Amino acid sequence: MPTTAPHALSDVTASDSTLRRFLHGLPGVDAVGLEARAASLGTRSIKTTAKAYAIDLAISMVDLTTLEGADTPGKVRALGAKAVRPDPTDRSAPATAAVCVYPDMVATAKEAVAGSTVKVASVATAFPAGRAPLSVKLADVREAVAAGADEIDMVIDRGAFLAGNYMKVYDEITAVKEACGTDARLKVIFETGELSTYDNIRRASWLGMLAGADFIKTSTGKVAVNATPANTLLMLEAVRDFRAQTGIQVGVKPAGGIRTSKDAIKFLVLVNETAGEDWLDNHWFRFGASSLLNDLLLQRQKLATGRYSGPDYVTVD
Amino acid sequence: MSDKNEKTEKNERLSVFKTYKLYVGGKFPRSESGRVYEVTDAKGKWLANAPQSSRKDARDAVVAARKAFGAWSGATAYNRGQILYRIAEMLEGRRDQYVREVGEAEGLSRSKAAAQVDAAVDRWVWYAGWTDKIAQVVGGGNPVAGPFFNLSSPEPTGVVTVLAPQESSFLGLVSVVAPVIATGNTAVVIASERAPLPALSLGEVLATSDLPGGVVNILSGRTAEIAAPLAAHQDVNAIDLAGADEALAKELEIAAADNLKRVLRPQPVDDWADAPGTDRMTAFLETKTVWHPTGSLGASGSSY
Repeated sequence: MPTTAPHALSDVTASDSTLRRFLHGLPGVDAVGLEARAASLGTRSIKTTAKAYAIDLAISMVDLTTLEGADTPGKVRALGAKAVRPDPTDRSAPATAAVCVYPDMVATAKEAVAGSTVKVASVATAFPAGRAPLSVKLADVREAVAAGADEIDMVIDRGAFLAGNYMKVYDEITAVKEACGTDARLKVIFETGELSTYDNIRRASWLGMLAGADFIKTSTGKVAVNATPANTLLMLEAVRDFRAQTGIQVGVKPAGGIRTSKDAIKFLVLVNETAGEDWLDNHWFRFGASSLLNDLLLQRQKLATGRYSGPDYVTVD
Repeated sequence: MSDKNEKTEKNERLSVFKTYKLYVGGKFPRSESGRVYEVTDAKGKWLANAPQSSRKDARDAVVAARKAFGAWSGATAYNRGQILYRIAEMLEGRRDQYVREVGEAEGLSRSKAAAQVDAAVDRWVWYAGWTDKIAQVVGGGNPVAGPFFNLSSPEPTGVVTVLAPQESSFLGLVSVVAPVIATGNTAVVIASERAPLPALSLGEVLATSDLPGGVVNILSGRTAEIAAPLAAHQDVNAIDLAGADEALAKELEIAAADNLKRVLRPQPVDDWADAPGTDRMTAFLETKTVWHPTGSLGASGSSY
């Protein structure tokens, strides 16, 4: 039987039926209310010093990501250099939280960020589809951890989840968690765009947290619908409630589709208003993004100099 | 009195006032700030409310202009010429509207206003013809002392901010905007502060002339307020100060120096109807020169 830290909810994972009963017993999501709440929090006006703080915080939360078939070692090194020093013309710009790459690029990325606070995250478990035997997924994870990954971004088996085979998903997450060992933190990607309903996202969030996820993450960035304010708000509510019940804090990572500083700041408002200040730290909240960083830097330059900057003043990735 | 009553009864239809809006990225937004200001005719009678743009409208316009630059500068010169000619065609069809607007804005008689509009239409045709000829005039092969085939060709500068002339609200406007876009630049135009209505109406013509959205963006409002952030904007490549007075021109030129913008200082213009020459086009062109090795020269002095 899989083992996780004993807490108030440890008995719900005793069997397939208790797990199912628990997940289906979660209150249904009021979709209209959720979207209205997310939209209304998005109207907050964040200006001047608060904006400067939010931009720096957002930069420090970016998981600078490159997940393309065409990734080269050179591109990963360039990305690492950018993560360590996002704005070479301004040393006060904070480093990003991590770089996120495919497992075979972990060693290259590790080398590129050596000596800095930047972590190396690796997607694994047959990202992005997750359609591979468990043994292959675990080997994928072990290789990435062995190469030095500090964080593993796994995808859940959406097919099993949608078929109602929750225990299979649970067992897979716990097995991957075990493969991560004590060194690597585990982010669990639900691919919310494929889960169809908000109720499913809530169930997946709880399932992931019960199985020992250190982070729950919206999406791979490879499908049509990625992170939205509404699904992130829902996951923030889940981590807040989970901590209230078990005392265990879990991080949240929206990924994909967040491209502007304005969007990023809206997400930070959601974090502050939903989960609370404890999550306003790159240990507990991340942005999975690539083009977002450039926009944050442009906005940062605008605040510092008072004049609008342009794409000529940031790197072309 | 009875006369008047009769007249009101006949004209029962309510007047439909036009909401003048900005033209940014091929769309017609209101100012982000929500502000408007009153535009009056030459005698002080209210004509309409025009949007009073903020620096954020200017920022959005630059984003739109930058986005449009790749496709517009990459379009064939022939195609750009066709589109500019199309603008002239569309203007011609709305001649009466512009005659009225220009007459009101500048206090001109109907015939004088008509002359201005006709000259503006002809100005589009003139620049439409220039699009695929300017390269031959200002570019070409250069004789060099070596085995090279050496070619210079003009290339557009990029995003150009244009402060339209304050007095000539339509002919002056067309005379500064057309040369900028004829060569493949994209433009952010600040309309005449006192008489912006013909410029805002021009947006409606541009939108129906196959001109890609964002190639010309038209803002109305306080010239000094909008021009300042544009002059300092790091993603603007050049600025035409035609509509700036001496003090403002100096201030903007200093702000523009930071990213080495090309600056066209206000030029004295006696009559906007005079033949414009090519200066306004070449002001926003850069010359690219390519050296092709030709191999060793034969006895004839040429290898081809």
